[in-house]
Amino acid sequence: MSGVRVLVGTRKGAFILTADAKRKRWHINGPQFAGWEIFHLKGSPADPDRLYASQWSGWSGQVIQRSNDGGKTWEPVGNQFTYDGVPGTHQWYDGTPHPWEFKRVWHLEPSLTDPDTVYAGVEDASLFRSNDGGKTWRELPELRNHDTASRWQPGAGGMCLHTILLHPDDPGRIIIAISAAGVFQTDDAGKQWRPANRGLRSEHIPDPTAEVGHCVHRVAMHPSRPGVLFMQKHWDVMRSDDAGVSWREVSGDLPTDFGFPIEVHAHEPDTVYVVPIKSDSEHYPPEGKLRVYRSRVGGNEWEALTKGLPQRNCYVNVLRDAMAVDSLDPCGVYFGTTGGQVYASADAGDSWTPIFRDLPAVLSVEVQTLS
Amino acid sequence: MIRVRLPAHLRTLAHIEGEVGLTVQGQVTQRSVLDALEARYPMLRGTIRDHVTGQRRPFVRFFACEQDLSHEPPDAPLPEAVATGSEPFFVIGAIAGG
Repeated sequence: MSGVRVLVGTRKGAFILTADAKRKRWHINGPQFAGWEIFHLKGSPADPDRLYASQWSGWSGQVIQRSNDGGKTWEPVGNQFTYDGVPGTHQWYDGTPHPWEFKRVWHLEPSLTDPDTVYAGVEDASLFRSNDGGKTWRELPELRNHDTASRWQPGAGGMCLHTILLHPDDPGRIIIAISAAGVFQTDDAGKQWRPANRGLRSEHIPDPTAEVGHCVHRVAMHPSRPGVLFMQKHWDVMRSDDAGVSWREVSGDLPTDFGFPIEVHAHEPDTVYVVPIKSDSEHYPPEGKLRVYRSRVGGNEWEALTKGLPQRNCYVNVLRDAMAVDSLDPCGVYFGTTGGQVYASADAGDSWTPIFRDLPAVLSVEVQTLS
Repeated sequence: MIRVRLPAHLRTLAHIEGEVGLTVQGQVTQRSVLDALEARYPMLRGTIRDHVTGQRRPFVRFFACEQDLSHEPPDAPLPEAVATGSEPFFVIGAIAGG
């Protein structure tokens, strides 16, 4: 019998939510790693019982956990993320050079084909890979050694590498995104990287169309159409039809084009979801109305999805990694809020239900569709 | 036998109940105690000291015999009462909010 497993990372632990394919009745397992910030959990597409979790605290630093049984049990694996060679400097908030320092893992992206291979996007921004199930990690240093890296600056949340998109057919092709440097891509598994930010315009940097320096919040791709990318930038929702070579704005009729997550429907590559947030300083929905916006035509034309979502006095945020879809039919859509609610839609966003209301602030949501 | 008390989060991480008893070869120092601790519980590596520099993490403190030893050199001898096991060596999570 098919079902879904929703992996929720919060400020104070991880929660695993499960339901059958009807997605009506939910069971919760957690908190796991109670008291720790769980930045991200994700399952291996090649083995759904293999999960990875990024566990962090200000006292004890980074821990990586691995499960081989779908989250019933976990074991700590390797947590040594050492930059290759002399790390050099990036720009600090005041423009001065600042040494690269590892702080935490923001995002874990398991290989599409090998459960033991997993990528980690870290702060300060770099990409690491493990080929032994997380026991050891090796940096792909060419990204951090890019000619532009000394000019990269942290966003308000830190200089994090938060998006890792693996090409469905070509393991050498990877797209990553960094706040606030922008998008970079490689065609040779990380030996060479090139910025992929042409068409982005950011008024908060000295040259609004600079090659790097854009505060990209999230990039999404449908696996059936890897050449088409959707981006939620600090401001602006963007689209690329040439795998990131160039971008155009598709914010269209959104009430605000600021936000964090962006996601693509599992079966309709032109159906896209965002959660508009009022502004870069007011991190809550406009008018206190929590609305997911859906475009069925790949951007520009958006419809508000409100059924089941609070439409007054709602002042939560939805963070960049806190939205995901399942691949059932109809497609399920899920997101978590900084207020601790996890909302689910079993009808592609037409209606929503708060499947859990009172968790700690949600940092990340991922979904596994189980058969 | 050196007695070590860890904060609750690290006991959970390492599946430890109560105190840890360690045998330390040679002089009993912060470094030799933590080396022995990490050898027995590898999952604690990086959570008390930095992997590369070996420095104490900023929000971790070392107490023993009602003294804050956090700023002592890592190779300085620990108090005799710790070396003989009559007093434990405390690894403390500093009061830092959260």
